[in-house]
Amino acid sequence: MPEPMFLEKKKILQRQDFGKLIDALHQEGYTIIGPVLSETAISYGEIQSETDLPIGWTDIQEAGKYQLKRRPDEALFGYNVGFQSMKKYLFPPRQRLFTVDKKAGRLTFVEENPQIQKYAFLGVRSCDLHAALIQDKIFSEGSSRDKAYVRRREEAFVIVVQCGQSSSCCFCLSMGTGPKAEGGFDLALTECIDRQQHFFLIEIGSLRGEKLISSLPLKDVKEEDLLFAARVIDNAKAQMTKVMDTKGIKELFYSNWEHPRWDDVASRCIACSTCTLVCPTCFCWTIEDSISLTDQKAERWKRWDFCYSMEFSHLPSGSVRSSIKSRYRQWLSHKLASWIDQFGMSGCVGCGRCITWCPVGIDITEEVAALRVQSKEDVS
Amino acid sequence: MVMKKLAVWKFTSCDGCQLSLLDLEDELLEIDKNFVISYFLEASSRSPDPPFDISLVEGSITTEEAKRKIIEIRNHSSILITIGACATAGGIQALRNFASLQTAKERVYPQPELINVLPTSLPISQYVQVDYELQGCPINKQQLLSVLYSFLFGFRPSLNSGSVCMECKMRGTPCVMVSSKTLCLGPVTHAGCGAICPSFGRGCYGCYGPKETPNSPSLSRWAKEKLSIESTVLKQAFHTFNCIADGFKRFDEED
Repeated sequence: MPEPMFLEKKKILQRQDFGKLIDALHQEGYTIIGPVLSETAISYGEIQSETDLPIGWTDIQEAGKYQLKRRPDEALFGYNVGFQSMKKYLFPPRQRLFTVDKKAGRLTFVEENPQIQKYAFLGVRSCDLHAALIQDKIFSEGSSRDKAYVRRREEAFVIVVQCGQSSSCCFCLSMGTGPKAEGGFDLALTECIDRQQHFFLIEIGSLRGEKLISSLPLKDVKEEDLLFAARVIDNAKAQMTKVMDTKGIKELFYSNWEHPRWDDVASRCIACSTCTLVCPTCFCWTIEDSISLTDQKAERWKRWDFCYSMEFSHLPSGSVRSSIKSRYRQWLSHKLASWIDQFGMSGCVGCGRCITWCPVGIDITEEVAALRVQSKEDVS
Repeated sequence: MVMKKLAVWKFTSCDGCQLSLLDLEDELLEIDKNFVISYFLEASSRSPDPPFDISLVEGSITTEEAKRKIIEIRNHSSILITIGACATAGGIQALRNFASLQTAKERVYPQPELINVLPTSLPISQYVQVDYELQGCPINKQQLLSVLYSFLFGFRPSLNSGSVCMECKMRGTPCVMVSSKTLCLGPVTHAGCGAICPSFGRGCYGCYGPKETPNSPSLSRWAKEKLSIESTVLKQAFHTFNCIADGFKRFDEED
């Protein structure tokens, strides 16, 4: 959680000393998770040293398209969000809940007590930080409380990288979630790079953040450094062309559930579930049981579930949402409208992943705009 | 627990799916404790001894004799489970359904007049009622085990009905269509293989057949317009092991 008293604390870390930040995290026992270059995309993976970072790489994103590209400079974090987020680690795709052993005709239930890894997330973007705050709300309270999630989250050391650019799929400005993170992190870095200099402005967001960097060779911040960092953020804002008009969005959905646009999008949607899988806030899960006769054991697992499957809404009489139209409408209406009723906030952080990674390039901002252009009131 | 009597049958197929039962090496002894394997030619020359609690059926129906035999098997089986693309969707041999039987015979056999087959290769469900279908070319042996155990204990098999995209994302493979413009049938294909091909940078071949409500026309449209994939290439991509399955066949005309 943000600790405002630290927010004014800023320091400068030179590029050549960046490796010392990684060393400091390792010394504190953290497993560092950050951006890594795979063959065709920047994913999330373990960082052993700074050379694991996608140095000098960026990406071009459009609806249904992602392409890696060399940058003209050697920036460490000069890319946009990839298809993965912290969700993969905090809310893993599959986790065992308990095991039942059968010995001498008796059943013994053993609750899973996972070894919680101490993660340090490096390079978290503001949209993803907001997504984690949404998932915190879901997994920390009430019937959906997930003890393992809460423990992982409490342990997690979060290092934000403030965005210095936007892809053509980003729209965090519309959702009020970025591009600059104002709190909720341990440290926030703004990467400042030009021909003469390459340094990071560090904002300290917590006591443990302050403690971690105490051993690093930091410099005090000068006025010109702050101006440089401000220009970095301004660049991200200036590049952001995608917009979602959120005015009265709940009512827009609730009054347009029979809008002809749903048929139109259903002809394009392939119900593959990619949007829910890459979404950093989608939280649905289901329960799977497995049995092994060999060692007289049964297990209960929790795994990601997706509202695009028929099984998701299966009741004794069959699937409640048997058409792709009803499933797409369910996903988008929940994300942007009924989520507000449920959790008091939108379920969308404007990261644009569902747009980039949709195999057929469906753009949710276009779908919302289409609902507005010929909404029911206008048609009648 | 009462032992269940199991029979394994084969029609037109390559035997690969039934062999996955023998491939369950670590579990075979346990399977043997819970099932009486009454008939399984790949494992034993024992003759069938009906009735059966569970029949696993591999292969498609391609002859008059097979039509009679599958009805007989159904009559002797409490539960009938079809395994693999041939039994659930007609298999790759159903490619002949799109052409004239005579032409196909002449192209393959030196003495076509000796070949006495039906003009079509069709799935088992076209002839008898099927209790459960296990898709895939070949099937996933762990899924087979899970289905056998489900019927043994009397609960519903809990196989994920999602797409291959789900498996890619869960294992952390970037989408090959989005990030390298590679044609991939994953979005319309049933999960089960664990997304092997995309993890090696290849597009999905659709071995597991169509997932529920596949929207192949949309995928085809995108592939043609945005990935510049030619119609013939697309047609060939869909015309493999599950070529006559609903959702894969005639996708182009539906477009």
